[in-house]
Amino acid sequence: MADILLVLHTGSDGSFSKGALESIATTVDLSSKLGGSFAVGVIGAGAGAAADTIAGCGAEKFYVVEDEAVAAPRYSSDVKAATALIQKAGAQIVLAPGSSRFARCMPGAAYRAGAQIDTHIVALAVEAGVLKAQRWYYRQRILTTLSRAARPWVLLIEGGIQPAWQGAAGVADAESVAVEFTDAELRTTIKGIESPATDAQTIRPDAALLFVAGAGWTKKQADGAYHIRDASNLIQGFLKKAGASLGSSKSLVDLQSDGQETLSFMSHMNQVGQTGTTPRHAKGLSTCCHGEEPHAVGWRFINERRAINMDANCGWAQGKADVVYIANAFEVIAKVNELLG
Amino acid sequence: MCSLALVPADYTQMKINQMENKTMEGLQIVVCGTLVPDPLQTLEPVTTPTGPGLKNETMLPSVLDPWAAHSLYEAANLAKKVPGSKVYLVSLGPKAKLQQLMMTVAQKVPFELVAIDGTAGGFTDAMEVAKTLATAIEAIPGLDKTRLLVFGGCASASRDAGVTMQLIGEQLGITDQFVGVDEISMSDDGSFSVLERIEGGQYLASTCAGAPAVLAWATGSLPEPPNNPQVGMANMRFVMPALQKAQPAAVGVGGINFEKSEVPAQKRATRIVKDVSADVIAAEIVEWIKG
Repeated sequence: MADILLVLHTGSDGSFSKGALESIATTVDLSSKLGGSFAVGVIGAGAGAAADTIAGCGAEKFYVVEDEAVAAPRYSSDVKAATALIQKAGAQIVLAPGSSRFARCMPGAAYRAGAQIDTHIVALAVEAGVLKAQRWYYRQRILTTLSRAARPWVLLIEGGIQPAWQGAAGVADAESVAVEFTDAELRTTIKGIESPATDAQTIRPDAALLFVAGAGWTKKQADGAYHIRDASNLIQGFLKKAGASLGSSKSLVDLQSDGQETLSFMSHMNQVGQTGTTPRHAKGLSTCCHGEEPHAVGWRFINERRAINMDANCGWAQGKADVVYIANAFEVIAKVNELLG
Repeated sequence: MCSLALVPADYTQMKINQMENKTMEGLQIVVCGTLVPDPLQTLEPVTTPTGPGLKNETMLPSVLDPWAAHSLYEAANLAKKVPGSKVYLVSLGPKAKLQQLMMTVAQKVPFELVAIDGTAGGFTDAMEVAKTLATAIEAIPGLDKTRLLVFGGCASASRDAGVTMQLIGEQLGITDQFVGVDEISMSDDGSFSVLERIEGGQYLASTCAGAPAVLAWATGSLPEPPNNPQVGMANMRFVMPALQKAQPAAVGVGGINFEKSEVPAQKRATRIVKDVSADVIAAEIVEWIKG
């Protein structure tokens, strides 16, 4: 019986996501620190073939659930499949990537397996034989190190904490775990994924640069007039030329909810910060934003930070960004777009 | 260890009820939500005899957890569309702070409060919180699971674990659950469709045969309702009695052993660039982007 079980799921194309491959690297690393072995369980369409692609990861055993019922993400079927894998493997530590699919179902699986669960894990360490996990509380404001004596212990791993595992494919010889699904567990029907058109997609997790637009874009400018259409053109032009992902301050998306005219392509999905997402990008450029703690939260995992702001005394200018340009973002972004061609 | 077959015993009856179009009787929408420190406050962790906490925690101004607030507004909106529906707000927090919070929240939308007197701190164990909330939901007089939708935030702004709603659902025997919800559309037959946030700014679109279900909301699409004194007056008829009879709940850190909690140093040596032309700034930014 392996000490650690890594649970993965396939994507709609039957392959593993970057986050899944990163969690393999995390598992290999932890297994080495604990001096034990690990198994891998895979849920989803083509799970057996997917297991073959990671056959060289060092797992002592592979399990798969590839029933049609788990071809698409659905709580009731995923939770049953994940529970079956946890119980089958009998491991004391269960790791899984913190994907939307596992963020939804793994808490329920932990409950059914009589396990404890912690999520958003950003680091794992072993000290004197004790497994310690790091995670943030209060929306990336307080960092904690914690441990648990109870087992099994399910840990959902954040993306970006390890490079993606790379290794040889082979024959995993995965054991199929039989799970029966009742009609009552299939009351939810998956209709599909709704994506914006490729050229309209503004959220790009793999982009090197995050561009954050604040409410200042929709305020009256120096001439006393609103320039929302200009703002839209400038921002969309920048996103296209720089290949950047778009983030928004809360105040900007709230304007839209309140029915005010604002940037039509912006939604709550773009919101970063205290009540939004905390994206991971190598660089971030903030424009027309103002804010202190809530704003800093959205930038927690942005390595290099620059801002364009009209107010040199803004809290954002004080110790949060590497460089703050005191300038009119309309003028600067127009020039930037020219230079980017 | 629990069995794999966690299907509610009365599930067959639930299905029959749905086929009889029970939703036409209205929904019972139970929203789970409590207070969190105002996001503008500076938070400093301290060690207390019961585990980590926040410095001056009882003095910090509080707001209704933002995601829970979105779910409350969505619940009220849904209740308006489905005649005969009722919204409950189940809230675990220190009684005195809940009372303060209700002065503003109760003016937003109609609901009946179910108060539980206990800590609302973020360092509590989600399993214990979920058990407390599920017990409170089960105890709602006249609760009919065939009409039950359990709403809440997809995570809290305090613990931010994103697990409590699923654990509540499990304890209530609800196997249709949705997390990161931005939209629900009800059909006349009681079925509904849901949009859940997934990676890359996309949505997973699903339909569900009907209640019971758990929906853990992202932001939804509704703005914060303006204060309505009439709504506030109506709500307060239930709020004060609910606070008076709030049962104490011993919720703590459970089996978590906190080794350390800290606010990492994050001060950067910010370079301020001013009195420089847009051309120069743009050139520097482009060089940085391409670098």
